[in-house]
Amino acid sequence: MSEFVVNDPKGLDFRVHRAAMVDPAVLEREMRRIFDMCWIYAGHESEVTAPGDFVTRTLCGRPVMLCRDSAAKVRVFLNVCRHRGAVVCRERSGNAKGYTCFYHGWSYDRDGKLDGVPGESSYPVSFDRRELGLAEVPRVDSYRGFVFVSFNPRAMALDEYLAGAKEYLDLVIDQSPTGQMELIRGTQEYAIRANWKLLVENSFDDYHLMSTHKTWLDYMKKSGVAIPKPAKGHVMPAHGVGKALGNGHAVIDNENFRGRPVAKWIPIYGEEAKPEIERIRAELVTRLGEERARRVADTNRNLVVFPNLVVNDGSSVTIRTFHPAAPDRMDVTAWALGPKGESAKARAIRLDSFLTFYGPGGFATPDDVEALESVQQGMSTWREVPWSVMTRGMAKAGEQLNTDELHLREFWIQWEKLMDAAP
Amino acid sequence: MTSRAEVEDFLYHEAALLDEWRLDEWLALLTDDAKYRVPSNDAPTGDPANTLFLIADDIDRIRGRVARLKDPHAHAEFPHSRTRRLVTNVRVVENPGDLEVFANFAVYRMRRGGQESVFVGRYRYILRRVGGALRIALREAILDPEELGRLGAVSFIL
Repeated sequence: MSEFVVNDPKGLDFRVHRAAMVDPAVLEREMRRIFDMCWIYAGHESEVTAPGDFVTRTLCGRPVMLCRDSAAKVRVFLNVCRHRGAVVCRERSGNAKGYTCFYHGWSYDRDGKLDGVPGESSYPVSFDRRELGLAEVPRVDSYRGFVFVSFNPRAMALDEYLAGAKEYLDLVIDQSPTGQMELIRGTQEYAIRANWKLLVENSFDDYHLMSTHKTWLDYMKKSGVAIPKPAKGHVMPAHGVGKALGNGHAVIDNENFRGRPVAKWIPIYGEEAKPEIERIRAELVTRLGEERARRVADTNRNLVVFPNLVVNDGSSVTIRTFHPAAPDRMDVTAWALGPKGESAKARAIRLDSFLTFYGPGGFATPDDVEALESVQQGMSTWREVPWSVMTRGMAKAGEQLNTDELHLREFWIQWEKLMDAAP
Repeated sequence: MTSRAEVEDFLYHEAALLDEWRLDEWLALLTDDAKYRVPSNDAPTGDPANTLFLIADDIDRIRGRVARLKDPHAHAEFPHSRTRRLVTNVRVVENPGDLEVFANFAVYRMRRGGQESVFVGRYRYILRRVGGALRIALREAILDPEELGRLGAVSFIL
């Protein structure tokens, strides 16, 4: 499949073939060689806190249940009955003593053990309940509250997989005085009529900010936020860099100009929010020291964990993940993440700040969605206009800007590598 | 006493203004402390102070939203969607000082290329008399679908 990515550093050429966004055979291969081989974000530990807590969702095309077992251990089961395969738990979330499939009434306990089979005496001696518990996703592990799964039993350890992305997850989690973050109630679930890889690119592509998000920048300006004039060579208000983090993960790491709940006040937050933001800032400095506090509070970071997890630590912290439903459609889920135990006031500021930019009703995300759907329409000309050029910053030695495309190339290089790898 | 007929006339007028993109006239129907909210689909009864919404605007952000929507650089709504609002099942609860109004809605959104979507749900309004005229102090659009899904975004005023 290497015909989809041209990567010629000497010739200063990097191109992506647009058929990769429309070909059903490419998607089929992606499902097997990328989504079934990598570590995939499954949820956050704070979504399930007590024994019996569960949430259900679809990962890589499969219904799964993220839950706490009777020993309060996080488990991820394939949410299908071992008898005929019906989905067992059909509620979005809750707490359960066990899980019963409604079809023939097989029931499972919190640990996934099959503990009830109506009319069991009709089964022959070969029938063994112990072999028919809920199946688990082959690999489950977590990093500081972020739960990942892999459908690949031979996947490398999660720690090794995350590589340099861990440092950037740490920067997010260090916001919290308790060292723990939690998912906030309320889920944004929406579909985009575009190929999933376009959202990967978009999530850390700062080159589009000035043109796609002009109305958001105008709104910020009008509300009294200083939008500094870009320095020469930049097309962004603030300085930022693009960095590769290994295994296809990459990040943009920018000086903040847009305000941060932790902890940089802007006028949109209101005068009355100032003391709270100052208090959060002071706690950060006491706990982490001036330098680390500055790193946490004064930079915005958009992190892509290959292939489909985005953690944006900007106007607020958002976790966003997406799965392809077709070459030209993806289903996106986004949550807000906040420090566990933060004050009611800080939580309100965080959520308000979230909505100025992010989400299907924000002042920016709908225009991103529009851009991706517009690109997808354009992909129909792939036979006549086959290539997308992706060379920004390629000739530079040293620092790559957030508006360059090193981080996009990093994604595509890993994509190509996995697509070419023998299964 | 406020009759249901008067409230219905008010809601139909509002719907017409929004369908015709007469957004400045729509703004004039709001009180100076008005709020506009669309809760996340899985938390229809939450409080925006502790729950992630799709939209939770105070009056400043409503005005910012209108300014944005009037700008051709609001790409998600340029060219403007065509919308058609059906507002029905209006119920009025009289409170001291204001009215709480519930109504069902089906808002059709149409764009080029056969893109048609239907937003179904219910409105909850708090209406107040200002100088004798009804004004909107709270406007909450609560969507019925389990997720936004193919509706994609709430980029216009729902």
